[in-house]
Amino acid sequence: MTGKAWALVCAGALVAGLAGCSSSDGGSSDGKVTLTYAYWDKENQGAAMEKIAREFTRTHPNIEVKLQFTPNKEYWTKLQTAAAGGTAPDVFWMNGPRIGLYASQGALLPLSDRIARDKVDMTKFPKSLVDLYTLDGKQYGIPKDFDTIGLWYNKKLFDAAKVDYPDENWTWDDVRAAAKKLTDPAKGVYGIGAMAWPQELYYNTIFQAGGYVVSDDKKKSGFDDPATIEGLKFWKDLLDQKLSPTVQQMTDNDPIEMFKSGRLAMWYDGSYDAPQYFRTEGLDADVAPLPAGPKGRATVIHGLANVIYAKTRHPQEAWEFVKFLAGEQANRIQAETGAVIPAYEGLQETWVKSMPKFNLKAFIDQLPYARPYPVSKNTAAWSRPELDAMTKAFTEGQDVEAVAREFAATMNAALAQEK
Amino acid sequence: MSALDRAVAVRAAARPSARRRLRDREWVWGYAMIAPLVLGLGVFYLWPVAQSVYYSFTEWTLFGDATWIGLDNYRQVLTDPANAKALRNTFLYGGLTLLGIPVSIAVAALLGTRGLKLVSFYRTLYFLPVVTMPAAVAMIWSWLYNGDYGLINYALSFAGIEGTSWIADPDTALYAVAVVGIWTQIGYNAVIFMAGLQSIPSHLYEAASIDGAGRVRQFFGITLPLLSPSVFFVSVLSVINGLQMFDLVYLLFRKGNPAREETQTVVSLFFSRAFEEGAKGYAAAMAVVLMLITLALTVFQFRMQKRWVHYA
Repeated sequence: MTGKAWALVCAGALVAGLAGCSSSDGGSSDGKVTLTYAYWDKENQGAAMEKIAREFTRTHPNIEVKLQFTPNKEYWTKLQTAAAGGTAPDVFWMNGPRIGLYASQGALLPLSDRIARDKVDMTKFPKSLVDLYTLDGKQYGIPKDFDTIGLWYNKKLFDAAKVDYPDENWTWDDVRAAAKKLTDPAKGVYGIGAMAWPQELYYNTIFQAGGYVVSDDKKKSGFDDPATIEGLKFWKDLLDQKLSPTVQQMTDNDPIEMFKSGRLAMWYDGSYDAPQYFRTEGLDADVAPLPAGPKGRATVIHGLANVIYAKTRHPQEAWEFVKFLAGEQANRIQAETGAVIPAYEGLQETWVKSMPKFNLKAFIDQLPYARPYPVSKNTAAWSRPELDAMTKAFTEGQDVEAVAREFAATMNAALAQEK
Repeated sequence: MSALDRAVAVRAAARPSARRRLRDREWVWGYAMIAPLVLGLGVFYLWPVAQSVYYSFTEWTLFGDATWIGLDNYRQVLTDPANAKALRNTFLYGGLTLLGIPVSIAVAALLGTRGLKLVSFYRTLYFLPVVTMPAAVAMIWSWLYNGDYGLINYALSFAGIEGTSWIADPDTALYAVAVVGIWTQIGYNAVIFMAGLQSIPSHLYEAASIDGAGRVRQFFGITLPLLSPSVFFVSVLSVINGLQMFDLVYLLFRKGNPAREETQTVVSLFFSRAFEEGAKGYAAAMAVVLMLITLALTVFQFRMQKRWVHYA
């Protein structure tokens, strides 16, 4: 090849490179900007998300929102890899266990100044959720929705065993007594499902027993606290008395499916699973507030937030979108589909009415004593070992107290590594 | 000089330099030909390996900042009891998959039986698990293994045996995965063994039967020694595959399975450390240690082959 030809090729590559840069900018010649919005729940919320994106583009014609769906199981792995490579979506869903890590590592855009400038009213959202997404005095996310846990029960099984339906006066003793009456081994029916799930099950009873998961200064694990252990033992006793299927059985057969098919009479589960119980044909169920423990009432509250990627190419447009998501209109769309309880004040009623056959008010009524989902800066470092340890503690022949104390040491070591 | 003569002379004069150019070009072309493979290997295998080794000496935070911490990761990797447990599980699993070799030989021998009807049908049947997606394999087997509704326990109930939740019971889970692992490999191994069996000359058997050797004697005296190169090849592959076990474990043991600790392999533990807990530097050190162990085992296998492998 001659020198001229080489020069031509080089020039071509250069042009192509430049073109590549400008075309990957997400904007085109007519000033239109495309934002990517990542989320993980298509089944329950996909329709609402699409509607919100459409509405936004209608009012902001120069910004288009592309939804990026990733199943929950891969969502964080994918997001983390994308963020490390500098190519995360512009706006995405965030949860409590991850916010500390993402915010402290500088992956999220701080929103405080913009919130103040555009006068976004943060008092419209539950305070515990606003606090969940605040780190070192800076706001990193605006609450999108929230959820609490309730006691779901199968009315048909309660009628057959002649047990009164649960109400807001129930305590742990009522649960134990009812579970005994409702369990019928011959029919394969169990009083309750005691699975080692934190948010839906044992975190609630830990709080009701007066225990804690992680201390307020995030330095100490609560798993060696006697009250915390009492909250775990509530479930372990039910398992030991065979009033619940074993953890093995519930590993083979998802307890949510067991509740749907009438094999569990009672089941602690979140407001977010209401739509699938609503859709299950032949399931005659309802929901009540969680029964009180020795130290009173409690339920875990958690909620997602919308956050902006720190290295987004369009911070202004992304903020416009997040502001829209935080507004009444977007929250109303969420409420009407019934998928989740919108975080925006005054719209909870719309959600309660979306599934009239359930007493969904039970989830809202628990707000005054709801406790935030326990997190620390790097929750993932201990939440996974925790799940393994608690699963072990709940299996037959294990001493729940010994396993919990052993795990407390592991968790303390993980907390000590947080900076 | 005629025109022809002149042409010949010119060509003769040109030949040496033309040949030199050609030689140069051969050299260049040779490299050009292997470039795609070398570049591919370099970019997708060697470079990541080098990077992993580098990152194993760093603390690598979630979003890409790596700080040099020397041998700290290795110190932790070697003292963490979870790693010892995972290594034990991995070895046990790798050892169990070796049990698939006799089964594969038997299948290969049966498929090679003279006069077998529907032979291609059977061959396809045995090879099917090899080309089936691991996700589908895991799904089918988790149904079979289900403690309450599984087919296996249903069959056992006729014999009056009450089966357990095979993949949720810490005592049985690892064996249950090993069975699935062996099952998926039988087809592949059998193909190699069939080729091995067909390459054994038939006159050896004729000579042996003239000398009065029975079927059993023939198998141990002729078939097995001459099949040993195939056995060696398959066992090296099985051990390497066994040590890298990940997909089935990941798919069969979801979060909250009480048997997870008993079935955690080195690679599945690596995955959770790197991508779920975000400790990438630490995980890189795990990967390097696993690579060294695999290397050592393979070298050991190659050394040992002198003792029992007979190349015809």
